[in-house]
Amino acid sequence: MTNIPETGRTPRVQIRLVIIQILVFSLLGTLGGRLWYLQIREGDAYAKEASGNHVQQVVQPAVRGSILDARGVPIADNETRLVVSASRTELLRMDDDGKAILTKLAGVLGMKPQEVMDKVRLCDSKTPQPCWNGSPYQPIPITDEATAKQALQIRERSEDFPGITAEPQAVRRYASPGGANTAQVLGYLSPVTDEEITKAQDTDSPYLRSDQVGRSGLERQYDKELRGKAGVTRYEVDNLGRVIGEAEADPARPGANLVTSIDARVQRIAEYELNEAMKEARKQMDRNTGTHYKADSGAVVVMEAKTGRVVAMASNPDYDPNAWVGGISAKDYAKLTGKKSNYPLLNRAIQGQSAPGSVFKVVPTAAAVNAGYSFNGPYECSSSYSIGGQVFKNFESKGYGAISLGRALEVSCDTVFYRLSHEEWKRDGGTKPKKNPKDWFYKTAHQFGLGAETGIDLPNEVTGRIPDRKWKQDYWKANKDAWCKYGKKGGTYAEQIAYENCLEGNRMRAGDSVNYSIGQGDTLVTPIQMATIYAAISNGGTLYDPTVGKAVISADGKHVQEIAPKSHGKLPMTKQTRDEIDQALEGVATRGTAAWRFQGWPQDEIPMHAKTGTAEVYGKQTTSWFTTYTKDYAIVMTISQGGTGSGASAPAVRKLYNALYGVSEDGKIDKRKALLPTPQKKLPKIESDGSIDAPKLDTYPPKKTKEEQAAEDAQTLAAGPGALPVSYAPGTEGAVTAPVTGPVGTAAFTAAVVTEPGARPVAPDEPAAIVSTRGGGGNRAARRRTGPGTPGGAPTRRRSR
Amino acid sequence: MTGNSFSVSGYGPERSGWTRLFARDSLARRLDWPILFSAIALSLIGAALVYSATRNRTELNQGDPYYFLLRHLLNTGIGFALMIGTVWLGHRTLRTAVPILYGISVVLILLVLTPLGATINGAHAWIVIGGGFSLQPSEFVKITIILGMAMLLAARVDAGDKPHPDHRTVVQALGLAAVPILIVLLMPDLGSVMVMVVIVLGVLLTSGASNRWIFGLIGTGAIGAIAVWQLGVLDEYQINRFAAFANPELDPAGVGYNTNQARIAIGSGGLLGTGLFKGSQTTGQFVPEQQTDFVFTVAGEELGFVGAGLIILLLGVVLWRACRIARETTELYGTIVAGGIIAWFAFQAFENIGMTLGIMPVAGLPLPFVSYGGSSMFAVWVAVGLLQSIRVERPMSA
Repeated sequence: MTNIPETGRTPRVQIRLVIIQILVFSLLGTLGGRLWYLQIREGDAYAKEASGNHVQQVVQPAVRGSILDARGVPIADNETRLVVSASRTELLRMDDDGKAILTKLAGVLGMKPQEVMDKVRLCDSKTPQPCWNGSPYQPIPITDEATAKQALQIRERSEDFPGITAEPQAVRRYASPGGANTAQVLGYLSPVTDEEITKAQDTDSPYLRSDQVGRSGLERQYDKELRGKAGVTRYEVDNLGRVIGEAEADPARPGANLVTSIDARVQRIAEYELNEAMKEARKQMDRNTGTHYKADSGAVVVMEAKTGRVVAMASNPDYDPNAWVGGISAKDYAKLTGKKSNYPLLNRAIQGQSAPGSVFKVVPTAAAVNAGYSFNGPYECSSSYSIGGQVFKNFESKGYGAISLGRALEVSCDTVFYRLSHEEWKRDGGTKPKKNPKDWFYKTAHQFGLGAETGIDLPNEVTGRIPDRKWKQDYWKANKDAWCKYGKKGGTYAEQIAYENCLEGNRMRAGDSVNYSIGQGDTLVTPIQMATIYAAISNGGTLYDPTVGKAVISADGKHVQEIAPKSHGKLPMTKQTRDEIDQALEGVATRGTAAWRFQGWPQDEIPMHAKTGTAEVYGKQTTSWFTTYTKDYAIVMTISQGGTGSGASAPAVRKLYNALYGVSEDGKIDKRKALLPTPQKKLPKIESDGSIDAPKLDTYPPKKTKEEQAAEDAQTLAAGPGALPVSYAPGTEGAVTAPVTGPVGTAAFTAAVVTEPGARPVAPDEPAAIVSTRGGGGNRAARRRTGPGTPGGAPTRRRSR
Repeated sequence: MTGNSFSVSGYGPERSGWTRLFARDSLARRLDWPILFSAIALSLIGAALVYSATRNRTELNQGDPYYFLLRHLLNTGIGFALMIGTVWLGHRTLRTAVPILYGISVVLILLVLTPLGATINGAHAWIVIGGGFSLQPSEFVKITIILGMAMLLAARVDAGDKPHPDHRTVVQALGLAAVPILIVLLMPDLGSVMVMVVIVLGVLLTSGASNRWIFGLIGTGAIGAIAVWQLGVLDEYQINRFAAFANPELDPAGVGYNTNQARIAIGSGGLLGTGLFKGSQTTGQFVPEQQTDFVFTVAGEELGFVGAGLIILLLGVVLWRACRIARETTELYGTIVAGGIIAWFAFQAFENIGMTLGIMPVAGLPLPFVSYGGSSMFAVWVAVGLLQSIRVERPMSA
C-alpha cells in the first residue's frame, strides 16, 4: 500500500471505497458473531432441540394380564374389539389435512364428521374434550366399537382410507364367569393422570399416557404385575415424520396373570345366596321396629382355614365392573358413588365394619381363661345382670343356671360374660383404674388381631375398633365439645347419653365393659377379621394374612411366583382352650343356636362349627352375623339390618357348605357334586402362547324346570310390587327387571348407608379423574394393542390375555 | 523465477510457455490468485454441501444421489470457463459490447413475463430451457446493470472531462438500471430487486456521484419499500416471510418453520459440526431448499463453527481482494464495476447467511459460489472474471 498508483480518482471516491470496505467487513463480522452465538454459546440448546426433532416414540401398550380364579377361569381378561384409528402424520400430509378422508370415515362409522375430527385433534389448554392427549405419532383411536362390517369396509378399501386402520385390540373385560361378578374384589381401571405420570417418571415402572391404572381391588393391588411394560420404539424421522431409521426398540412385555384363590363357582353362589338371603330378610318382620328388615347391605367371606386364602368374597350391593371400561359415564359414576347409591363400590367384607355381637364371644372366652378363670366354671347364666340399678339382660332373657364357658358359647349366654368382664373391670380398679390395669379382655382382643388390619392383599382395608381405655380417651377428646354442647341432664335419651359422655366419656365405665364383653357398644369388626379369627380357631391357632392373590404367572406361563400364606400371629390361647372352644362351637352347630340350621348335616363326616351373632345397633335394626368353620373352610356372613344371625345369614352359609362338599339338604354327600371338598392346591396351567385351559362353568342356581319357574313367578307376584326392587332371573346373568335402569348387576337399594354410631362411613377409593362426561369412549385412547408378535385377529380361539 | 539458472528452458532461444505465463508482467502474475482460490474453494465446499443436502432427496434428485453434485460441478466448470473467457476478452473489450449485453438481458427478463416464464418457489423468475435446465435471467441483469451504469458514469470522467459524473449522467444511469429493476419487481422477485438496488447504490457510491444522489436513492428506496408494501405488489408469502422474521415463534409449523429449522440445524452444529453427511437435520430434510438458499445450514450443522466460519472467511477474502482491485485500478470504469460487484456479493452473502442465522428476513437469494444453481454460478464467475480483468489490465505498480 505504500505506493498508491496514479489512479486519476478523486479523494471522494477513495474515501467512499474505504467506507464500503469497512461496511462490508462489519457485515461479515456480524455474521461471524452471530454464528458464534448460535453454535458455540447456544449450541447445546439447539443440539437438544435438533435431537427432539427427529426422534419419535411409538408406544405399543402392553396387554394387561388376566385375573384368574383358582382353576384358571378368567374373571378379568381382555376382549378383542375392533378399533378404528387414524394416523395423524399421514392425514396431515394431505392437502386438506385429511378432512375428506375423515368425513368419509364418519359416514362409514355412522358418526358425525365433526365428532371424528374432534377426536383426532390434539389436546391443548384451549381445546376442550374430545381431543387426543397422547403422542401425535401414535395412531389415534376414533372408535372401539366398530362392527366387523365397518372394519371390513375400511380394510378392503384401504386405498380410499389412507392413514386409517381398523384393527382388533385388547380391551379390559370383566367376564363374570358363571355369573360371578366379583366386582369389589376385582376393582377397576381408569386412565392415568398427569400427576401420576410425573410421579412415576423416574421409577422402574413409569406410566404411559395411554395407560390404564388399577384404582381399587386386585386391579390396584397388583397393578404393577398386571400392567406389564409397554414397548417403545424410537424412530428417527424426517421433517414429514417419515421413518428414516429405527433408533431403539424396546419390545412390549405383556402383563403377568394373577391367579387368585377365588373359585368362580363358589363366588357365584356366595353372591347369589347373599342376595337371596337379603331378599328373604326383607320379607321378615322385625318385632322391635314393627317394619320389614331393611337388609341394606351384606358380605360373605369364604376362606381356606389352613392358609387364609379367600375362596369367595361377596359384598352387596354390587355393581357391574364393566361400567368402568372405556371411561365411565357421568351417569354411571353418580350411580356408583352418589349419596343415594348406597356405595356399591365399597367392599363390605373388608371395608364394612359393625358391632359383632355374639360372634365376638370367643374373644372374651379366651380372655377369661387367660385372666385365670377356669374354662369349666361353673358360671351363673342368669336371665339378667344388674350393676347399680342398671339391668343388662340376656338376649331373649333366658337363664341356664350354672354352666361352663363352653356351654355359654353354645347357648350364647350374655350374663356369663357380663359378669366376668365386670369382675375384671373391678379388679382393674373400677371407676378409679389402677396405674397399669391388666385389661385382659381388651388385650386379648388385640391379640386376636382386632382393631387392626388383617393385611389382606386388597387396598383400603379398615381396622375396626376395640374400645379400650386409650381409644375412649382419644374419642372423648375429639368429641367432648360436641357432647357437652348437645347434652342435657334429664333430657331425651340421646341428650342424656351425650350429657354423660361429656362428663365421663373418657373413662371406662362398668357398663362399657359389660357391653364390650358381648361385642356390643363401640366394638367394630370387619367380616374379614372374623373370618381370619375363626379360620385360626379351625387351623389350631394361626392367624393368617388373608390373601386373594395366589400366584403371579408370566404371560407365557414360564415364570410362576407363588404368593405364600403369611401369618401375623397366633391366637392367644393354649391348645387345650382351643380344643374346648372348638368343641363348644361344634355344639353351637349341633345343639346350640345354629343347630336348627344344620339339621341333617353329616356332622360325623364333616364336623361343622358355628357361632351366631345378632348385634344391636343404636337407631337401626339388628345386624345378622354368622361365623362358621370346618377343618378346611371358614365362612363368615353378615347382613346389616338383617335380623338374627341364624335367621338371616345361616341358610346361605349352609348352601355354600352344601355346594363345597356336595351335601344335599337331607345330609347325603355326593362327592361328584362337591365343588371343592378340599381347597384347590394346583395352579392353573398357562401355555407358552398365553392360552389357559379353563374349565367351563355351570350356571347357579341350576336352571329350573318350567313348573318350578311358574310357581316362583306366582310367588313373586304375590309378594306385591315394591317388595323386591331387584329380581334375578335365574340362569341368565343377572338380568334386571323392575325400576333398575343401571348397569347389569347393580343393585339399586336405597337404604341408608352402613354406618354405626361414631363410625365414619368409609369412603370408596377416591377415583381420580375417571368421570368421562361424554358417555364413554374418552380414554379408550391407546387401548391395549396386541403386540407386534401377536396375530391381529385370533378372537375366535379362547385366549385369556 | 525468471533468469533462474536452474531453469532448463533458459537454454532455449525462446522462453517456455510456463515461464512466459509466470514472467514479470505476465497474465498469470497479474491475476488475483486469492480471489481465484477462494472462489474455487467456495464452489467445491458448495459441491460437498449440495451433495449432502440432496443425496437423500429422492423426490428431487430423480433417484440419483449424485444428480445435484454433478450438476453443481458442471456449473462450476462452466462458470470457470466463463471467467477465463471474460479475462481473455478483457473488460475493455466488453465495455464496447455493454449496450448489446444490456439489451439481451432485458429481453430475457421480459421473456420471463411471457408464457415462457416459470414459477419456482413462489418467484416467477425463470425461463425453462428444457432438458432439466432453466435460466434465471435476473442473475445476468445484475451484471449488465453494473456494466451499463459504469459505462455511462465513467465515460466523461475517464475521458478527463469531469472529476465526477454530472447529474444528467446519473439520471441516465439510474434510468438504465430502473428498467430491468421494475421488470424484476413485476415478477415479483423481491430478493433480486433488493440486490439490484444495493448494486445501484454501490455503483453510485464508487462513481463519485454527488452525496445528494446517494441519500436521494436511499430515501427513494425507503419510500419505494413502503409503497410496495402498501400497494400490495407483494404476494402473501413475501409478507409472511417478514412477519416470521419479526417473530419466528409466530407459527413454527408454517412460515416460521424455515427459519426455526435452519437455526436449529446451525445451532446444533457446535464447534466442529456433526461431520459431513452426518447431520441429522440435514439427513432428515428438516430444512427446506437446503441445496439452494439454505445451503449454509448444511455447513453450519455438519462442519460446525469452523466450517461455516471458513465460508464467511473465504467470502471475506473475495471481498477484500475486490476492494483492493477497486482501489488500485486506474480507471473509474474499473472502480465502478468492482464497486458494483462488491455491493452485490456483500449484500447477497449477508442476506443469505443472515437469514439462515435469523438476523435477516427470508428472501430467495443464493449464496454466491456455494448454492446450487446454474444462473447464479455463471453470473458470479463472470463477475470474478471482470474483477480479474480489471486487475490484469491495470498498469503494474512500480
